[in-house]
Amino acid sequence: MFFPLATDYLVWLLVAALAGFALHCARHPHLAAPWARVFRSRVAVASAVVLACYVAVGLLDSFHYRPALPSKDPAAPVAYAVEVRSVLDAALEPLRARLEKTYSAPLATRLYQKETVERPGGGTAHEFPRLAHGGAHLNDEADWGKDVALRVLAGLAGAVFAWSLAVLAGRRTLVRRWPQVPWGAAAGALGAILALAGPAAMLAGGYHVLGTNQVGVDVLYQALKSIRTSLVIGTLTTLVLLPLGIAAGIAAGYFRGWVDDAIQYIYTTLNSIPGVLLIAASVLMVQVYVDTNPDLFPTSAQRADFRLLALCAILGAVGWTGLARLLRGEALKLSELEYIQAAHAFGVSHARILARHLLPNVAHIVIISLVLDFSGLVLAEAVLSYVGVGVDPSTISFGTMINAARMEMAREPMVWWSLAAAFVFMFTLVLAANLFADAVRDGFDPRVRV
Amino acid sequence: MIAYIIRRTLYAIPILVGINLITFALFFLVNTPDDMARMQLGVKRVTPEAIEKWKAERGYDKPLLWNAQAAGARKLGDTIFFDKSVKLFAFDFGRAEDNRDIANEIRTRMGPSLALAVPVFLVGIAVNITFALGMAFFRATYLDLWGVILCVAMMSISSLFYIIGGQYLISKLWHLVPISGYEGGVEAMKFLVLPVLIGVIGGIGAGSRWYRTLFLEEMGKDYVRTARAKGLAESTVMFRHVLQNALIPILTGVVVVIPLLFMGSLITESFFGIPGLGSYTLDAIQAQDFAVVRAMVFIGSVLYIVGLLLTDISYTLVDPRVRLN
Repeated sequence: MFFPLATDYLVWLLVAALAGFALHCARHPHLAAPWARVFRSRVAVASAVVLACYVAVGLLDSFHYRPALPSKDPAAPVAYAVEVRSVLDAALEPLRARLEKTYSAPLATRLYQKETVERPGGGTAHEFPRLAHGGAHLNDEADWGKDVALRVLAGLAGAVFAWSLAVLAGRRTLVRRWPQVPWGAAAGALGAILALAGPAAMLAGGYHVLGTNQVGVDVLYQALKSIRTSLVIGTLTTLVLLPLGIAAGIAAGYFRGWVDDAIQYIYTTLNSIPGVLLIAASVLMVQVYVDTNPDLFPTSAQRADFRLLALCAILGAVGWTGLARLLRGEALKLSELEYIQAAHAFGVSHARILARHLLPNVAHIVIISLVLDFSGLVLAEAVLSYVGVGVDPSTISFGTMINAARMEMAREPMVWWSLAAAFVFMFTLVLAANLFADAVRDGFDPRVRV
Repeated sequence: MIAYIIRRTLYAIPILVGINLITFALFFLVNTPDDMARMQLGVKRVTPEAIEKWKAERGYDKPLLWNAQAAGARKLGDTIFFDKSVKLFAFDFGRAEDNRDIANEIRTRMGPSLALAVPVFLVGIAVNITFALGMAFFRATYLDLWGVILCVAMMSISSLFYIIGGQYLISKLWHLVPISGYEGGVEAMKFLVLPVLIGVIGGIGAGSRWYRTLFLEEMGKDYVRTARAKGLAESTVMFRHVLQNALIPILTGVVVVIPLLFMGSLITESFFGIPGLGSYTLDAIQAQDFAVVRAMVFIGSVLYIVGLLLTDISYTLVDPRVRLN
């Protein structure tokens, strides 16, 4: 049964809006020009490919449904599981379902903890037991090295094949359409991703590629599920931030007088409250609301989703002041210019001046600040989840992964793979976002045009 | 100057009133004290009597804004708004869930917070400016390019990883300093070295890159060309001219955070077990101690406003062209 969560609707709304914006830009050469400048940078193209892969995983994870329960009686109405799953879960079904007892190291065949097991011949021994799933297909553990090597090779072969196909297909379509884009960088980034993903996929068939965590859940699965949470926080926040920031900033700069005073007062006040504390106080209040109204959230997935959405709304409501201040300054400057004065003289209405003359001329500031904000929001999620005012503890996110992994570092012998996985996945995402944001700023900022 | 400071302080009052209203709305209007009581006592098994008792103990049983039963001025005075929000102006914060006096707690915890935050702040600025000057000096070379790439990479690492990694390497692997804890006096040094080091390293990426942009902007100006034209060495240009003039934009970002150093750092303090205001706030958030969170929001806002005032005053000190009026 198709069962979209609130954030799913918003994610797809955002995708539709972005697609519309992209089409609009493509139709107007003056809007497409800055993007063409952005995509002339090799770094931007490579990081865009990496980001696209993350987005693809996040979108797959944004189709939710409730699987039908198997029933013996064909006449009975179909019952649906309470548990909500996503298309990504279905694709990663083997990873999701193969639970171990507790920790196991990456690619291990045995548990990371000694247990008392019964010997086949009678008697007991205290040893590391074999895993229920990781490497269970091996009859003899001595074959482990050979098996892993074979799987890596097969994965690499598959990656090379997929990469060649993509390059061939791209040459006929993309390269012909946009010859000035440095496609070499894109091919390089894609190759690097496939070279990692191919072997990982092959190994995941028989092992836990990044090990398992304390309750035996595959760490690779967790890392992939965290991506959606990060992306949702980094992007849905803009749905709140953008209208507030644009409306307040432009109104203050254009109308001046008491409007300006009132808006400046509001954002100075909001700015004065230390960000983390304001977020913490708001999230605490959301928590009280959720806990005192349990009947509003029939499933735990809906509750967790509401908290995620509330976090985005709070981050947006706290974060719009920066954008508003930038836009106010720009609107003050622009409304003095001749073309706006001329519009006034022609008797053009305020609404029309704002929409036709002011808004398009501050759009570059909006785009730059949105792209720059993204990586900060992803990093903020981790810290907030650590503080305990981030996502719901049942939501898989980089923050909850790091939070759990903190205790594991103090453990003897140490468990490092959860933390390492969270680090690698998060670092790659934020680095790609930062590099892309830099390129966008260089492409859109009229001052640095060289 | 004094007239300016007085006027700015008066401007701060409506802002503080606004902050008070926001916190009041957040804590008492969005959720009623009944909701808070139910949350604290556990949602499932809670009797109305227990809620009333909880509210009475904390003074949440009064009317929100207007006490119709009281007489005269007490109609306004004997309310939650007056008790919990207006009294913040007198730095009367009330008591925490564990019945300790919040103001007293804040006073004792300020020391450790400052002992951590001040070194991080000072060393951090020195290190960042040094790196940024270096990159600006070697601008448009491979050294500069790789410096910027390193900065972006360091910016992309969550502060949590710096702390966990640093604790693991230095304390657990090399056993150089204790992993966490705190003691007063000179002994504090050994507990503070690691958090300070991590704080500084964690800030290098964003800080150096930001200062580098400021320096490069400054180096594009005419007076720099003049200085070079009169034959000054590049190092003299950098240190005597660029650095001094770049101080003005640097001050905007730096001075405003000085008062906030009192608040400490949430994450670092709790990871290293330093009994400062940051870990106090974090514990309050995790225990959902609304009184403490409210007090910290108020103090933080006051300190921020003080920071803004200090920023304006510091402009007059570094830039004689700026007159306050």
